Amino acid sequence: MESFKADVVIVGAGGAGLRAAIAVAEADPGLAIALVSKVYPMRSHTVAAEGGSAGVAQAHDSFEHHFNDTVSGGDWLCEQDVVEYFVAQCPQEMVQLEHWGCPWSRKPDGHVNVRAFGGMKIERTWFAADKTGFHMLHTLFQTSIKYPSIKRFDEHFCADLIVEDGRAQGVVVIGIASGEFMLIEAGAVVFATGGAGRVFRENTNGGIVTGDGMALAYRHGVPLRDMEFVQYHPTCMPGTGLLFTEACRGEGGFLLNKDGYRYLQDYGLGPAEPVPRNKAMELGPRDRLSQAFWHEQQKGRTIEGPHGSVVHLDLRHLGERKLRERLPQIYELAEEFLGVDPAKTPIPVRPAVHYTMGGILVDGSCAAPLPGLYAAGECSSVGIHGANRLGSNSLAELCVFGKVAGIEAARFARTVSPSAAATLQKQAQASEHRARAIVAKSDGTERIAHLRKEMAETMERGCGIYRLGDSMQATCDKLDELRQRYKNIGIEDKSSVWNSNWLMAIELGFQLDVAQAMAYSALNRKESRGAHQRLDGFEQRDDEHYLKHTLALFDGDGRPRIDYSPVRITKSRPAVRAYGAAGEQAEKEARHG
Amino acid sequence: MADKTITVEVLRYRPEQDPAPEFQRYQVPFSDDMSVLQALLYIKDELDETLSFRWSCRMAICGSCGMMINGDPKLSCKTFLRDIHPATVRVEALNHFPIERDLVVVMDDFIDKLERIQPYIIPAEPRSLDQGAYLQTPAQLDKYEQFSSCINCLLCYAACPQYGLNPTFIGPGALALLHRYNADSRDGASAQRMELVAAEEGVFNCTAVGYCSEVCPKHVDPANAVNQNKTTAAADYFARFLKPKGSGK
Repeated sequence: MESFKADVVIVGAGGAGLRAAIAVAEADPGLAIALVSKVYPMRSHTVAAEGGSAGVAQAHDSFEHHFNDTVSGGDWLCEQDVVEYFVAQCPQEMVQLEHWGCPWSRKPDGHVNVRAFGGMKIERTWFAADKTGFHMLHTLFQTSIKYPSIKRFDEHFCADLIVEDGRAQGVVVIGIASGEFMLIEAGAVVFATGGAGRVFRENTNGGIVTGDGMALAYRHGVPLRDMEFVQYHPTCMPGTGLLFTEACRGEGGFLLNKDGYRYLQDYGLGPAEPVPRNKAMELGPRDRLSQAFWHEQQKGRTIEGPHGSVVHLDLRHLGERKLRERLPQIYELAEEFLGVDPAKTPIPVRPAVHYTMGGILVDGSCAAPLPGLYAAGECSSVGIHGANRLGSNSLAELCVFGKVAGIEAARFARTVSPSAAATLQKQAQASEHRARAIVAKSDGTERIAHLRKEMAETMERGCGIYRLGDSMQATCDKLDELRQRYKNIGIEDKSSVWNSNWLMAIELGFQLDVAQAMAYSALNRKESRGAHQRLDGFEQRDDEHYLKHTLALFDGDGRPRIDYSPVRITKSRPAVRAYGAAGEQAEKEARHG
Repeated sequence: MADKTITVEVLRYRPEQDPAPEFQRYQVPFSDDMSVLQALLYIKDELDETLSFRWSCRMAICGSCGMMINGDPKLSCKTFLRDIHPATVRVEALNHFPIERDLVVVMDDFIDKLERIQPYIIPAEPRSLDQGAYLQTPAQLDKYEQFSSCINCLLCYAACPQYGLNPTFIGPGALALLHRYNADSRDGASAQRMELVAAEEGVFNCTAVGYCSEVCPKHVDPANAVNQNKTTAAADYFARFLKPKGSGK
């Protein structure tokens, strides 16, 4: 098999992967970097992030405020030392992007502007209209072209991780255009492969968001942490799940039920005021807003549409001019996809799966327990999101921890020498054999699209906004069954060139493993916290038993083994998580108490 | 949900087995909110797993799903079946690019051009991170923001008759991005980029057809960028006769 020798190989060329590559290149221009992506970098799903990226920017704001918002937003399941580092690095990374050309929206005097976002006490979300992820991604991609040591492998699909001598030493990739395998040897491997939202039916994610890196790390013994915490974004397009950014509400949008009533005031988020107050009403956190939708639906106060119940995202009072300036993409999505002019008519929305809070277990240096493996971005669980991520923290995460992962991987790569090439080759050939077996088999009867649909439906039923023990158990059972049936898939396409049938089959294997980790992690957490809400006798947060991280460990054909690890609490003791007037009251008491 | 069907004709080409591209027809059930992309996904899931095409975000921002739809370059994710029905949907790979397979084109040429235009800030006055962000007024941002909205979907290349005739032409998308950096108040490298603008493969290939801007799904208006640069390049050309070399802008 052809091989390429790198010092650091990075899998995934979205925000985190590109930032990592640039960090390696800047740390040591002598290091050879292989940047692998199954798409061209600018197609990566970072592109679809809309609202903005967090970083303290105003004189009356502080790192402490950003820390407190993040930790309480995560329902105290955050690694607090990591959050502390994160919030302190965010502004510098946003300035770095500015220097690289990111077209941040500006105030009249030329300073970068910031907007309000859900769960954030003070406006600190940097934005580029409502295409922030797009602009960050293109800025990073285009900037990466400057560095000659970054060798890109665009449209190369990562089929396996090479682990030898107890450490990660490279990856096996498939050139999509040729169907040929290649071994990329490296002293360190960085996974920046994004989330896994496509294991659910209605989601905001692109087709490529299939949990590849999570599954590969997991299969090689690295725990997936906190996988039960899956974020439902409250304002998505019915049917397709496409995203209407939280910035709609940051700019002053309202959520209305069928009576035109701002129902969030009934769920501890009020009082309802004409202008949005931070951390109240429509600017509450995503988990609470999606949960409120669910309750409104139960009460029959939602509106029936062709793709299920909806509520209204009302932007009319903002006026066309402001909408065109601040939310141009949202305007177009509403007009073109729904035939709705948001300056004249409210947009029908419902919650959809948006983000995986959990991921590959890494420490604050982005290092996984497997030496030589690093992870950053949505595929990782570095510990900043806890049980519920705040909007605009994930784009900042890509930069802050992409950079850390790059620097740490570069440092590690300089300290090791590779195992014998023949040993690595042998492993790579075994991986190739396994991947080719999927397509070579001629007697399979299961259709991958149907298994994928069954998976997505059972995840939605068992692991949705509210969860029940019985239905989670049913989902676990169904996933066990689907993993068995997966062995019997039949692939129609036997060709080599751009065989997406084959690659989607490999992705489905990744998805089923990740889905299983999510479902079993959920079943075993007998409490309600953040995005994991139960209605079967475990409605409360239970710090005594569950102020801890879930670890899912791969067990081959069997079920994942579930273990737990402590949460690092440094300065914020778990307290009541409250928003709106109740939140302000709680904050006041905490200050005086 | 699906109450009608529509005929979708797809230009198939599998280099390992097909001597030449040819059309294949599929019947797809659809509802009024379905896009051409959703029709292709239905075909792949239910009718023919061997059909290959690029796609991802479904919301016209990742730039993957450009293709010829009934003769025009379009993003399949935001072209709706209701606007075509009852006619047949005819889908082909983007014009002016070699077909890799089915609806997938070889896009190395564009990537190569993108890399050549130096699509990054080469600062006029370098700043350290401690010095904070550059000041840039909304008016300064406005000079380049539109051109920074290019999603690299290649529809403008498929539309450009000159690119079809002369593939060395840098082309509308990359020239718009080149202009994006030249027009950015933080950048100081327009002189070196202008060499490429005025070169044989540069702006003077453009015959001002303007179809590129018409098909652009993000209102980038590459024709405008190209025209602004024609004027600048022409002025630079004449300025060479007026001023000694190195006398500055």
